Amino acid sequence: MASVWEFANPRKFMAVSDRALPWLFTLAGAALAIGLVWGFFFTPDDFRQGSTVKIIYLHVPSAMMAINAWIMMLLASLIWIVRRHHVSALAAKAAAPIGVTFTVIALATGAIWGQPMWGTWWAWDPRLTSFLILFLFYLGYMALWQAIEDPDTAADLTSVLCLVGSVFAVISRYALIFWNQGLHQGATLSLDKEENIADVFYFPLLVCIAGFVLLFIALVFYRTRTEIRARRLYAIGLKERMV
Amino acid sequence: MLALFTRDLRLAIRAGGGFGLALAFFLIVTALVPFGVGPDTGVLTRIAPGILWVGALLACLLSLDRIFALDYEDGSLDLLATAPIPLEAVVATKAAAHWVTTGLPLTLAAPLLGVLLNLAPGGYLWLTISLAAGTPALSIIGTFGAALTVGLKRGGLLLSLLVLPLYVPTLIFGAELTRRGAEGQAVETPLALIAGITLGAAALLPFAAAAALRVNLR
Repeated sequence: MASVWEFANPRKFMAVSDRALPWLFTLAGAALAIGLVWGFFFTPDDFRQGSTVKIIYLHVPSAMMAINAWIMMLLASLIWIVRRHHVSALAAKAAAPIGVTFTVIALATGAIWGQPMWGTWWAWDPRLTSFLILFLFYLGYMALWQAIEDPDTAADLTSVLCLVGSVFAVISRYALIFWNQGLHQGATLSLDKEENIADVFYFPLLVCIAGFVLLFIALVFYRTRTEIRARRLYAIGLKERMV
Repeated sequence: MLALFTRDLRLAIRAGGGFGLALAFFLIVTALVPFGVGPDTGVLTRIAPGILWVGALLACLLSLDRIFALDYEDGSLDLLATAPIPLEAVVATKAAAHWVTTGLPLTLAAPLLGVLLNLAPGGYLWLTISLAAGTPALSIIGTFGAALTVGLKRGGLLLSLLVLPLYVPTLIFGAELTRRGAEGQAVETPLALIAGITLGAAALLPFAAAAALRVNLR
């Protein structure tokens, strides 16, 4: 019977990802190209925000993916701790630099938008601050991977850090709301409420989000393949030293 | 556990360094701030709760890498891991010893340093209470960070990078509690939250720290 755990076999993972990657990259590129061109050139300017509203096509998807990448790392870490599949640990490792890049994009586009709209590059607002803290969590996680030589020890310790860090990231989020009411507007998209964004902006945004999700999956696959190859090289090196 | 606790206390006091260092650091940080922002007492009164809390947090950070490093080097950590008491209890005891040698002196010294920063009269009681409630959380979270980095050659800087983001909620509630106390506002909410963080950390983090130690001792 086919099971999702089959992909925990590195050979199987390599074979499947090898076939999937060109499709993923093509689809991600197409979705991003359509979404961004549609959003940037074929939507009207907002009557109050002018053309600055269009940064939403980068800001919202990257912010979403910054959080989702951490959640993906959390799941991969859990799978590593429970079932000890190496591909899972390596996927978590591979996702971290991508997540941190999305975090930086979200922070930078937010600052660029905030300068003309709020009159400031940075405000100590709960959302902004929690992204800054998320950025620090990513840095700590990556630094811990870097610092430990033995790959299994590194995978174990970073997994524990990811679990504890997730709990504290959630606590920080609520602590920050308590700390300062903030400047950032409420959520643009939500599942349970009426959308508070006009359809003309909404559809290109959905395409952009799909593009970012696909891009994230493609990059994680790509980087995980690199990590698997690096691990094989490491194993070969160990074997040669033993002889 | 009691034997381990008294051993850690004795080591911290007799071996020098760790015990007085955190206090001296706290004093220096607090004394440096007026040089940076100017001697205006109004400004100092306003920022005193935050400065005292940040100072206490940094002072706490200083001695974290000593929690396990020395025991790891001379092998006594391996003995502790094979001892009849569970490793989780070892971790909790270590954290408690760290609190008694770092958090408790900081808590007791903080009102004195509050005078230097011209803390509002109502703030002294709540500064002490907030530090008494919050510094145990700092010690426990720090013990977890120390357990993660114990096997590393130059873990000190990495330890700060890992632990400081985890300190954010404690710092927010602690400083907020002191500020509200100093301004005579209601203090129940931040007090309950900071106590919740301390108790939650004390209940859960010893398990995570013990798991990390087991990996590092493998």
